[in-house]
Amino acid sequence: MNSFFLLLVVIGLSVAGYAAGRARSVLAASGDVRILHSLPSYYGMFVALGCGLPAILLLALWLIIQPQIVEHMVMAGLDPSIMPQNADEYSLMLTDIRNLASGNAVSREASPAIMAAMERYQSLQSVGFWTMGAAVVCIALLGLVWARSQVSRSFRARNVVENIIRVLLIVCSMIAILTTVGIVLSLIFESLRFFARVPFFEFLFGIHWSPQTAIRAEQVGASGSFGAVPLFAGTMLITLIAMLVAGPIGLLSAIYMAEYANPKFRAIAKPMLEILAGIPTVVYGFFAALTVAPLIRGWGESIGLDVASESALAAGVVMGIMIIPFVSSLSDDVINSVPQSLRDGSYGLGATKSETIRHVIIPAALPGIVGAFLLAVSRAIGETMIVVMAAGLAANLTANPLEAVTTVTVQIVTLLVGDQEFDSAKTLAAFALGLVLFFVTLGLNVIALRVVRKYREKYD
Amino acid sequence: MTDAIMNSKPDTAEIRRPSPGGERLKKRYAAERRFRLYGLCSILAAGLMLVFLVGSIVGTGWSAFLQTYVKLSITFDAEYLDPAGTGDPAQLQNADYGGLMKKNLRDNFPEVTGRSDKRKLYNFVSPNAGYVLRDMVIADPALVGKTLDLWVKASDDIDMLTKGYVDRTEAEDNRRVSNAELAWYDKLDNADRVETRFNTDFFVNADSREPEEAGILGAVTGSLLTLLITLLLSFPVGVMAAIYLEEFAPKNRWTDLIEVNINNLAAVPSIVFGLLGLAMFLNFFGFPRSAPLVGGMVLALMTLPTIIIAARSALKAVPPSIREAALGLGASPLQVVTHHVLPLAMPGILTGTIIGMAQALGETAPLLMIGMIAFIVDIPGGFTDPATVLPVQIYLWADSPERAFVERTSAAIMVLLAFLIFMNFVAVLLRRKFERRW
Amino acid sequence: MSKTSGSSASGTTPKMKGDKVKVFYGEKQALQDVDLEIKPNEVTALIGPSGCGKSTFLRCLNRMNDVIDICRVEGKITLDNEDIYSSDLDPVQLRARVGMVFQKPNPFPKSIYDNIAYGPRIHGTASSKAEIDEIVETSLTKAGLWEEVKDRLMEPGTGLSGGQQQRLCIARAIAVNPEVILMDEPCSALDPIATAKIEELIDELRENFTIVIVTHSMQQAARVSQRTAFFHLGELVEVGDTEQIFTNPTDSRTQGYITGRFG
Repeated sequence: MNSFFLLLVVIGLSVAGYAAGRARSVLAASGDVRILHSLPSYYGMFVALGCGLPAILLLALWLIIQPQIVEHMVMAGLDPSIMPQNADEYSLMLTDIRNLASGNAVSREASPAIMAAMERYQSLQSVGFWTMGAAVVCIALLGLVWARSQVSRSFRARNVVENIIRVLLIVCSMIAILTTVGIVLSLIFESLRFFARVPFFEFLFGIHWSPQTAIRAEQVGASGSFGAVPLFAGTMLITLIAMLVAGPIGLLSAIYMAEYANPKFRAIAKPMLEILAGIPTVVYGFFAALTVAPLIRGWGESIGLDVASESALAAGVVMGIMIIPFVSSLSDDVINSVPQSLRDGSYGLGATKSETIRHVIIPAALPGIVGAFLLAVSRAIGETMIVVMAAGLAANLTANPLEAVTTVTVQIVTLLVGDQEFDSAKTLAAFALGLVLFFVTLGLNVIALRVVRKYREKYD
Repeated sequence: MTDAIMNSKPDTAEIRRPSPGGERLKKRYAAERRFRLYGLCSILAAGLMLVFLVGSIVGTGWSAFLQTYVKLSITFDAEYLDPAGTGDPAQLQNADYGGLMKKNLRDNFPEVTGRSDKRKLYNFVSPNAGYVLRDMVIADPALVGKTLDLWVKASDDIDMLTKGYVDRTEAEDNRRVSNAELAWYDKLDNADRVETRFNTDFFVNADSREPEEAGILGAVTGSLLTLLITLLLSFPVGVMAAIYLEEFAPKNRWTDLIEVNINNLAAVPSIVFGLLGLAMFLNFFGFPRSAPLVGGMVLALMTLPTIIIAARSALKAVPPSIREAALGLGASPLQVVTHHVLPLAMPGILTGTIIGMAQALGETAPLLMIGMIAFIVDIPGGFTDPATVLPVQIYLWADSPERAFVERTSAAIMVLLAFLIFMNFVAVLLRRKFERRW
Repeated sequence: MSKTSGSSASGTTPKMKGDKVKVFYGEKQALQDVDLEIKPNEVTALIGPSGCGKSTFLRCLNRMNDVIDICRVEGKITLDNEDIYSSDLDPVQLRARVGMVFQKPNPFPKSIYDNIAYGPRIHGTASSKAEIDEIVETSLTKAGLWEEVKDRLMEPGTGLSGGQQQRLCIARAIAVNPEVILMDEPCSALDPIATAKIEELIDELRENFTIVIVTHSMQQAARVSQRTAFFHLGELVEVGDTEQIFTNPTDSRTQGYITGRFG
C-alpha cells in the first residue's frame, strides 16, 4: 500500500508537470501559440513524461531489487550458530523470517537469533522504503525541472512525445514475448534442479509415481519415485474420454447449426453453446464430483460393475461437456468457410444434404476439423479444475475408465498446494510436469494453428 | 433400368439413369433423416447437459439462501453479564456470552440432563449465537436482567433438518441428527418456534468453519480486488500492444513472431501461468503470497492475449479511409490513432475486455498455485492482504465434508454465474449498441 | 409488348416448359411471369444484362433455388409434362435428370476419378468397380478430357487447369446421364482457348442432351445456341430462333441490347 501511495505522489507530480510545461510553452510564445512548434498540450505531456517515466521506472526496479538485497544482508548478518548449511535450510529460514516480519504463523518456534534477524529485516525494509521514497521523489522533481527547462519556442515537443509513446507501445507488445520467455525460463530452471535429483529418463519413462514418500527423510525410499508414465497415461485416458464425448457431439452440432438449422433455431442454440463455454471450470468440477460421479457409480453398481467413486469416466465425460462448445464453434467456422460452390456442385448432381455433407463438405473441411480437434485435445490436457475435483490422486496405470486415475495437472496442484516445503524434489517435480505440459500443449497448438491457417488460405 | 435414349451414340447410352422413385431413394432419404436427427440430438444433448448442470446446482443451492432460526426464551442473566452491577461497558464487552447461551439452552430444555446430551444441546444453535447476544446487550445495556423471546440462528445440522436433508427413517448412527435432537426440534416446531428466513449472513460474512456463519463477501471482495489489478494492467498494455501491432508495426519476421506468440499464449493451460506466478512473482521477486496483487498480475498475463486479439480485430474493422482522411489533413500517425481510430474501435475493445475479465473471474487453477487457497476469515482490505476469490472459495467449500457446505457451494456458484451473466450481458449490449457496419 | 411464345413451327413437344414463373427473394420479386419452352436436343441460350433474372430462372429448372431459404417460386415448370415443383417429384431425383454446371469450376477436393464417380455412387447407378470405371472413362471421353487425364485419374481434381476443371465438371454432370444440362455462364472464368473447347463440347453434347446455357456474351449465344431468350429486369422480353433474335428482333429492348446500347 505504501508503494501504491508513492505511485500516486509521482502521478500527482506528473500532472503538475503537465500544467507547468503547458504554462511555460504559452509563456515562451508570449501568448501566441501559433508560433510554437507543437501544441501547448504536447509541451505539457513532455514535461509530465519527463517527470513520471524515470520515477516510475526507478520505483519498479527498486521494488524488484530491494527484497533480494535486504534478504541477502539479513542472511549474511545471521548469528553464526544458526547459519544455514544448505540451500534448503536457507530458503526455509528465509521464509520463516519473512513470515515473522509480516506477522504470520511460522512453522517452528522462533529462536532469539531468528527474532533478531527478523527485527533487522524489518528495520532494513523500512530504511529501504524511505530511501526509495526519497530517491523516487527526487528523480521525479529533477525530471520535472529539467524537462521544463527544455521547453522553448522551437523545441519539437510533439516529435519527442510521439517517439516516447511509440517506444512505450513497442514495450507493451513485447510483454507477450516476455511472458513466454518467463514461462519457459521459470519452468526450465526449476525443472533442471529437479532433474539434478531425479534422472531425466526415470521421470519420463518410470512407471511408478509416489512423490509422497519423499517428505520424511528418515523414511525408507526417501527419494520418492517420480516415474511420470502413470500420469501421462491417466491424462491421455481422460482426454480420450472427453474427446469421445465432445468430438461427435461438437462436430454434429456444428454441422447441424451450419447446414440445417434455421435462423430461429440458431438464435437459441448458439447462445446456449456460448453459455456452456462460459461456465467456469470449477463449476464443472463441482458438477462432476457431486452429481455425475455418484450417478455413474450408481449405474455401474446397478449392473454389477465396480466403479471407483473418482472414476476417470466421470471426469472425462464432464470435461467432454466442457469442450463441446469449443469443438463446435471451431468446426462451425471451418465448415462455414467451405465455399458454397462445392455445395452447389453436389446438389446439382442430385445429392441429398447429408450426402453432400458427408462426401463433400467434411472431406473439404477435414484439415480444419483436425486442427480444431487438436486444439480441443490441448485444452483437455491442460484442464485442471475438473480433474482436481473429480479425478483421483492415486497414480494407477490402467486403461479402465471405471477406475480412478490421476493426471499431470492434478499432480501439479497437489504437489504445490498445501505444505510449503520449497526446493524439495516433490515441489520441483511439479515444475517438471509443468514443463512437459507446456511443451506438449504448445506443440499441439502450433501444429493445429498451422493446419488451420493452411486450410484457410486454401479457400480464401 | 437403361432408359432408351433418343440418340443412339453408344457410349453415353450405356450409363444407367437412376431409377425413378424406388427403394434406393427411400433409403437415401432415410439416411438423410437419420443424419439430420444425429445433428439435432447432439445439440439437444448439449442443451440437456446444460439444463442438467444448472438444474442440479440450483436444486442443491437455492436452500442456502434461507437459514433456520429457532425461537428461544433468553434471559440476560446479570450473573453472567455483570455480577457486580457496575454497568461498565468493558465488563459487558468481555462477559461470558457463550456460558449465557448454554445456560439459556438448558433452561429452555429442562428435560436434558446427561452430559453428552447437554453437549448436543449446546450444538443446537450456531456457536456464534453468543456474539449476537453480546451485540444486543452492548447496543442496549438495559437488557441486562430481562427475559425475551428471541430468534436464534440454528446450527448447520438443525438447518439441514429443517430443509429436509436429514432422513428420519435412517438408523440413528447414520444420520447427523440424533433422536434426542429430533425430539427437541419437534418440540420447538410444534410450538411454532422454528422459522426459515432469508440468509443475509451468506452475503455479508467472510468464510468460516461453521457453515451457518460462512459467507461469500470475503471471496467477492477478493475477486473484485484481483480483477481490478487485472484490468489496470491488462487493459492499457493490451490496447497499446494491439495499437502497435495493428497500426505501427512493420510487417517483418519479428512482428510475425509476436503474433504467433500471442496466439499460442492464448492457448497455454492456465495452470502454467500459475507456475509462472509462483516461480517468478513469489519466489524470485518475493511478492506476498495469497495477495490479490499477485493474483491480478497472473490473471493479467493470462487475459492479455484475449484483449490483444479482440482489440486488434476491433482496430482492423475501422476502415482505412478514415485513417487516410485524417492523414490527409496533416495529422501525425499517433494523432490519427488517438483521435479517430481508437474512439471508433473502443466499443469492440471494451467488449473483448469484458469477455476477458469474465474469463479471469472464473479462473481458479493459477490462483491455487500462488496460495490464494488459504482459509481466510477476514474480508481483505487491500491489494496485499491475504485473500481468496470466488471460484477458489467454491473449490474450498466443495472439499468440505459438511452437508451444509454443499448447498453453500452451489449457492456461491449461482452468485458467480450471476456475475458472469451480468458481464456477458453488458458485453452483448455494448456490441448491439455500437455495432457499426462500414 | 410483343412477347413471342415459345412454340415453334417444328411442333416438337418441349422438353421443359415454364408457365408464369415468378420468383421472390424475400419481399423482392426477381422474375415476373416467365413463359418459356425448352426444346429437346437443342441449346437454348438465356441472355440479358446482369441482374436480369436469367440465372435465377436457370436455377428454377432443377430447383437449385430450394437451397436458398428466402427464395420462393410460383407458377409451373414442367419436365416432360411433369410438374417439377409438385410434391411427388423429388428434388434429388430431379437434379439427377436435370444436371448443372456452374460459373466457376467447382471440382470437389477429391481425385479426378472420385469426382466423376460421385454421382453414380450416390445414385447407385453402378454396382461394381468395373461399371464405375467404365462410366468414368465414358464421361471423360465425352467431355474431351480423357486423353489429358487418363494417366493421373487418382490425382486431385483441383490440380487441373481452369478449362480442364470446367470440363471435369461437365464430365461429372454427364456421369449421371441427365436429360437436361443447365450451364450457368460456364466460360466466364476461362481464357479464350479453353472457352473455344467448351463451346465445341457443348455443340457435341447437344446430340445426347438438352442444354440450357446462361451467358453474358452475345457472341457465345450466337455461336452455340439454336434458340435464344432475352431477359430484362426480371422479365422474359423475347424468345426465338437464335438467328431471328440476332438479325431481326421484334422488341426494341432486344434490339437495344444486342446492338450494345445498354447491357
